[in-house]
Amino acid sequence: MAEPLLRLEGVHTHIGHYHILHGVDLTVPEGELTMLLGRNGAGKTTTLRTIMNLWKASQGRITFGGNDITQTPTYELAKSGMAYVPEDMGVFHLLSVRENMELAARSGPIDPDRLEWVVGLFPALKKFWTKEAGTLSGGQKQMLSIARALIEPRKLMLVDEPTKGLAPAIINELVGAFQQLKETHTTVLLVEQNFNFAQALGDSVAVMDDGVVVHTGAMADLAADEALQTRLLGLSLDSHQ
Amino acid sequence: MSSAENTAAAAAGEPGLAQRLGERRGAALALALGALVFIIGMIVPLFGARWVNDVIAVIAAGFAVHGALSLYDVQQRAPQWYLLSLVVVTGFLAIAYHSGLSPTDAGGLAFSLGDALSSGAGSWTQMTINGLAMGLLIFIMASGMTLTFGLMGVLNLGHSAFITIGAYVLMTFLVSDWGRGLSGAESVVANVGLLALVVLVALVIAGVVGLLFERLIVKPVYDNHLKQILVTVGGGIIITQLIIAISGPNEVQLNQPATLSGSFIVGPVVVETFRLVAVAVGAAIFWGMLRVINRTKVGILIRAGVQSTEMVEAMGYRIKMLFIAVFMAGSALAAVGGVFWGLYDTLIHPEIGGLRLFQIIIVIIIGGLGSITGCFFGALLLGLLSNYVGFVAPEVAEFSSIALMVAVLMWRPQGLIPVIRM
Amino acid sequence: MFDTILSGDYPKSKVLNTVLLAIFFGLALGPFLFDGAVAFSTITNICIFIVLVASYDILLGYTHIVSLAHTMFYGIGAYAVAIAMNSMGPSWGSMFVGVIGGVLVAAVIALLVGLLSLRVKALFFALVTLAVAVGFGILISKFYAITGGEQGLGFRPPRELGPGFKLFEERWYGFNALGWLWNLVTDPGNLGENTKQAVFDVRMSGRIVLYYVIFLTTVGLFLLMLRMMNSPFGRVLKAVRENEFRAEALGYRTVMFRTINVVIAGAIAALAGAMAAMSDPWVTPDSYLSLGVMVNILLMCVIGGMGTLYGAMVGATIFILAETYLKDFMEVAYDLTAGFFNALPEWLSWLSFIHELISPDRWYFWMGLLFVLSVYFFPAGVVGQFRAKELESQIADSEEGASRTEPA
Repeated sequence: MAEPLLRLEGVHTHIGHYHILHGVDLTVPEGELTMLLGRNGAGKTTTLRTIMNLWKASQGRITFGGNDITQTPTYELAKSGMAYVPEDMGVFHLLSVRENMELAARSGPIDPDRLEWVVGLFPALKKFWTKEAGTLSGGQKQMLSIARALIEPRKLMLVDEPTKGLAPAIINELVGAFQQLKETHTTVLLVEQNFNFAQALGDSVAVMDDGVVVHTGAMADLAADEALQTRLLGLSLDSHQ
Repeated sequence: MSSAENTAAAAAGEPGLAQRLGERRGAALALALGALVFIIGMIVPLFGARWVNDVIAVIAAGFAVHGALSLYDVQQRAPQWYLLSLVVVTGFLAIAYHSGLSPTDAGGLAFSLGDALSSGAGSWTQMTINGLAMGLLIFIMASGMTLTFGLMGVLNLGHSAFITIGAYVLMTFLVSDWGRGLSGAESVVANVGLLALVVLVALVIAGVVGLLFERLIVKPVYDNHLKQILVTVGGGIIITQLIIAISGPNEVQLNQPATLSGSFIVGPVVVETFRLVAVAVGAAIFWGMLRVINRTKVGILIRAGVQSTEMVEAMGYRIKMLFIAVFMAGSALAAVGGVFWGLYDTLIHPEIGGLRLFQIIIVIIIGGLGSITGCFFGALLLGLLSNYVGFVAPEVAEFSSIALMVAVLMWRPQGLIPVIRM
Repeated sequence: MFDTILSGDYPKSKVLNTVLLAIFFGLALGPFLFDGAVAFSTITNICIFIVLVASYDILLGYTHIVSLAHTMFYGIGAYAVAIAMNSMGPSWGSMFVGVIGGVLVAAVIALLVGLLSLRVKALFFALVTLAVAVGFGILISKFYAITGGEQGLGFRPPRELGPGFKLFEERWYGFNALGWLWNLVTDPGNLGENTKQAVFDVRMSGRIVLYYVIFLTTVGLFLLMLRMMNSPFGRVLKAVRENEFRAEALGYRTVMFRTINVVIAGAIAALAGAMAAMSDPWVTPDSYLSLGVMVNILLMCVIGGMGTLYGAMVGATIFILAETYLKDFMEVAYDLTAGFFNALPEWLSWLSFIHELISPDRWYFWMGLLFVLSVYFFPAGVVGQFRAKELESQIADSEEGASRTEPA
């Protein structure tokens, strides 16, 4: 097996007095969509934020494309091709949709072909192109947030619970968009609570509990094994069905 | 800008005046009652003391103007324009009324419409120019403070020390032999050239001091507001004391550059040249800042950073650099404000910046912490109001700004144009 | 017994105990330990500022409310006494009218300010109070018919508190202990002569009466504040400081608690102002209402240690001693280095600004520097520093202690 794009080895994270991650081991293979599942408070968001170095790992090692990035500052990670879609979407409310996209296109003016493709994924954005992002609906903000991450070719996308609080119709639209994204073989690490969504998109899967990864494998295997689902995801699975 | 569009759009497809009068009874009543009392006051000044009549006229005029503005919902649509029009129009009515009153031989008071219109209009124009000049100068000084607050959440109470830096750079140039020569020459080129040089030097010095200030004083205490207040106060003391150690503790009286000083007369109005210069410079700086903030990538980054510095960082921008740049720019703007305030006041002393801190704070509170446009309107309001009040009742002129702040806070606790959720 | 007097809130450090006891006895026996007018006004000021800074500490330290209008309340107390004494004559009655009037006015204004601006965040409160305080100063200067304007307002204190009054006819003696100790070390042979020299006369005038009135008021108010901060009220304040949302969720009306706190602090500051006016019956805007005084209070509070009340004692003592005596040291240093700086060649003459910095007029520069450094390196102030030392031996408790004294 080839060296994975992203690898976490024994990562611990503290936030203030709280010890959140207790030695996370995780690999994200290149060109695949890896699902990170787990119940609330299992440490999924903390894992993403630790990868982005928004919270510092107190112990352990993170490598990206073979380089140690444990201490690399956030902006350098972004420059090296990581895009982050946070749980709260991180949309800049005072900026127009266009300005949000321009900011995301670090390397200069937006590439028109790329833009056409992104807007093709989320047609709503075209309509609100000059509107302030603060006036968008929750689903539209989520689309804008993902579109920002896609506006340039990225090596790795970290997406945190894109379906949170969205209506089923919009979730379906997101599934479609991610399926098109998968065709481009972009590497994605996606945190989810919605098992149906995860099932539809994931190539491989990792499940977290109490700050450690308790299961890794192919998404299809987990989807087929209901006993395993119940054991690993228990409550969170019930709450989504 | 968006407010102007709103008003235009509103005017297009909305009910006419008659319908509005019918629908908004309260506003119509305020307008009618205020106008009635005001007119009665004009025909028969009822009270013996002049100031009582003045106070009643101001209240009545304010009521009427408020009523007229309420007919068009101005206060909801654009609070900044509402307040500005309220102050300017009420100011005009109050000054005209005050000018129209005169004591009669019998010991009473008489009102003359002719006096009110001719001398009142002249005084109002003059006070408006003075108010704009003062307001715009305060805007220059305040803009940096509101900007650093908006982006970095840093309330720099040492900001006034940078104003003092600007004033002392000005003083150093103007009292030097060749500076005095250039300043005294009846040549626009020499005068403006000298000022441009002063501004440039002030920008550089304040920028460098700002860099040191940010790195040494503010940086260790980001996201700790209590410590920020404490250390910036301490930093301000250190800078001011250093200035005194270098330039001495004494007051220095300056002369304005020859072609920018003096005054000219237009009809009944005496216009001081320098006030026009101040208005022009202030307006130009405001225009420039808006352009930078709205049109450039740095501006987009600043507006984005006001909301979330973390996300800006996660998009690959080094927020630290942006912080340093904005802090330096804010400090430099304060120094430019100090240069022009020094020219305006002409008396340079170590507390020149500290004494302005009071007005600066009122302005940025009124405007909404972090908002450049709000700061601009707040400064205009403060300048105009204190000049209008100063004309009618000089004793309470300085206190009027406090009253303005309290009123705005009760009406809109977040300021006219809120940016930051506090 | 100490438990009752100190409300169970001990200084919690042996060194600190010693320092505080030294301050206490120094002030209690002050007029009999230190000779001269300068020393007398210094100990009086220390008493007054202990009250003023402690009343500020219950805002800044216990609730993290940054008020920049504390001088306004201090000034209200002073002006109320001055105006009452001036208009009603130098009697005890007018003094009480002034004191009570000042406290009431201060409390009402504090209530208004609190209600107006405590709903919003700390920074906003700082700004609003600063603007209100400056506006109040302007108002005082403008209404010179009542307040004397920039010139200030003078008055005569009641006869029993003035220098003309004799409490006891016979002479009392003081003992200059510091001078005696100094001579004991430098010149141990002359013990008898030195001891004789160290004894000085103390005139038992109304000034002494006034000093002890101020001293006892200080002790009383300080213990009262200590009691308050260790009562259930004080504990709610701390809860609000640590986590406003949680306190709110527990059912405490946080705005109400903070407003009450602002009112109490304002009223006590007004008392401090009244004491200050009595000790120096010439009230000016500059010495009561200027921003400089406000900054000094901040300095004392932070250097001493926020949120401990004992910090106010230490901070006020250090600062006022420095204000009075640091200048003397700087004067000496300035004169000593004058030769060096005058001898500098022409091309280095710009260096003379360094010399300017050690001129006694620039003592404030060093205070500013000390202030910034203490915020960085000793955020818990002198008191916190001593306590932290003490706690090092009790490792088990150390984590909790650090998080308590460290302002978040």
